Amino acid sequence: MSDTPPVISFSGVDQVFTRDDRTTVTALKDLNFTVGRHEFVAVLGPSGCGKSTLLRLIAGLVFPTRGKVDIYGQQVVEPRDEIGIVFQRPTLLPWFNVLGNVTFPFRHKYGRVTEAEKARAHELLKLVDLEQFATSSIDQLSGGMQQRVAIARALLLDPDIMLMDEPFSALDALTRDEMSFELLRIWTERPKTVLFITHSIPEAVLLADRIIVMSPRPGAVREILDVPLPRPRSFDSLSDPRFNALANHIRSRLFARHAA
Amino acid sequence: MPSPTISAPASSPVMPPEAATAGPTPGQRARALGFRFAPALAFIGLLIVWEVGCRVFKVPTFLLPTPTMIIAGAREQSLSIWTVNLWATLRVALMGYMVSIVVAIPMAMALASSKLLARTLYPMIVVVHSMPIVAIAPIIVVTLGASDLPRVVITFLITFFPIVVTTTAGLLATPEELIELSRSLRADRAREMLNIRLPFALPYIFSALKISTTLSVVGAVVAEFVAAEHGLGYFIQFATSFFKINQSFAALILLVTISLAFFQFVGMLQRVFAPWSLPKSER
Ligand SMILES: Nc1ncnc2c1ncn2[C@@H]1O[C@H](COP(=O)(O)OP(=O)(O)OP(=O)(O)O)[C@@H](O)[C@H]1O
Ligand SMILES: [Mg+2]
Repeated sequence: MSDTPPVISFSGVDQVFTRDDRTTVTALKDLNFTVGRHEFVAVLGPSGCGKSTLLRLIAGLVFPTRGKVDIYGQQVVEPRDEIGIVFQRPTLLPWFNVLGNVTFPFRHKYGRVTEAEKARAHELLKLVDLEQFATSSIDQLSGGMQQRVAIARALLLDPDIMLMDEPFSALDALTRDEMSFELLRIWTERPKTVLFITHSIPEAVLLADRIIVMSPRPGAVREILDVPLPRPRSFDSLSDPRFNALANHIRSRLFARHAA
Repeated sequence: MPSPTISAPASSPVMPPEAATAGPTPGQRARALGFRFAPALAFIGLLIVWEVGCRVFKVPTFLLPTPTMIIAGAREQSLSIWTVNLWATLRVALMGYMVSIVVAIPMAMALASSKLLARTLYPMIVVVHSMPIVAIAPIIVVTLGASDLPRVVITFLITFFPIVVTTTAGLLATPEELIELSRSLRADRAREMLNIRLPFALPYIFSALKISTTLSVVGAVVAEFVAAEHGLGYFIQFATSFFKINQSFAALILLVTISLAFFQFVGMLQRVFAPWSLPKSER
């Protein structure tokens, strides 16, 4: 390995939660992996295997019971400025219009919005193809448009790392495909290190450079796969035989509980 | 690639242009007017049934006076008597209501931000609210003496509970994602409360404020029943004891009018200052 540290690195991470009734849940068990600069990594696994917990660890919202999480070689001890988060639901603020929602992180952090930040927000709205909706109220937007506003909001403070927790899973199948290609386009224009959590095998294969496949109870890394598809990816990637081969491999791994 | 699906056509392409300009037929227009004025028409209908029913069945006037008798009853007292009593009740209701807001909303913020405070304060609030207000009203009057103060306290006691409970629920109903977003920006708890939780709770807060408008009038009247020398509640007791039922009814109608106006006023504030907090159909 080169002497520059990886962007994200997990070493021997366990995450144990204590519930209110004092029972404990091991959400994650012995996680070890690294993510390199401007890499697009998908995390794939069944419900409850600790994917969101993994993301919260990187965001500095929870801290590991054992082991450590590093960002740029520094242990995560609090939330860091390099990180932008997109959640499963857009969770926009209904009292602001689209522009107000995109500038919200700056307003919330610094107490006001500067003209420079507004200009940046307009630029980001252009990037997510919503510039004509800057002054619309958010209940006039479709689910896919709202999620694009949420992506613009996450990009506002120009994070190096984007954490995305099943960002398209609340969308219908057509919008979802469209959003995948949108995300690839945005990622090509603004390269970032992306950790993308998903339930969808095709989504993971289409988007990612590498896929971390997780197994449940306790959540652990089952395997880490390289995606052999060339970039830039397009609709043609979906009919590439390597696409189906990899998707089938993951499917057999996830469902053949006893074979693994 | 997504934009063509976004911009909806300005007018429906199916409808021929003549139909769009012709407007509604007279029948449709009459129906629309009927719908609009249905509540008022129903109310007028009720008044007529009341008036005619009382006369036809010769209902004794001390049981139920007719609407015309109530109007006559209202004119038996001078305008200044009505305004003095009306102002006395309104003043107490408004002051109690304001005190409720000033106390209940910060209290809800405290309850929402600390589990310990919620565990200790909440049971106390419930106990205070469980005391029948009519039963403690005389005690409060004795303790606090003869002024507006006991009446304001009684109004406060009856209005603050829904505001505390509903506001706390609203503050805790904020989506978890936004709280995480706030923490990931390293914003402090005060910012989180003011920028996220409080505005998110506005739909809840406004519901509570609307409920409390009518409760505040109830509180003021209950207090006047115990001890007062002015006020519409006091007036009703006084008039009833002299069997001037028509005057009592006139005062009752004034009370209903204050309640409704107060309720509508708060609704208007919500429409003006936070239209997004209303359901789409009411904007
Ligand atoms: N704060 C917490 N306290 C207690 N248990 C928790 C907490 N957060 C997560 N868990 C538990 O940890 C496990 C993993 O949760 P997590 O939300 O990370 O799963 P996930 O893979 O994101 O699931 P999904 O795909 O449904 O979103 C679950 O069993 C959950 O109940
Ligand atoms: Mg999750």
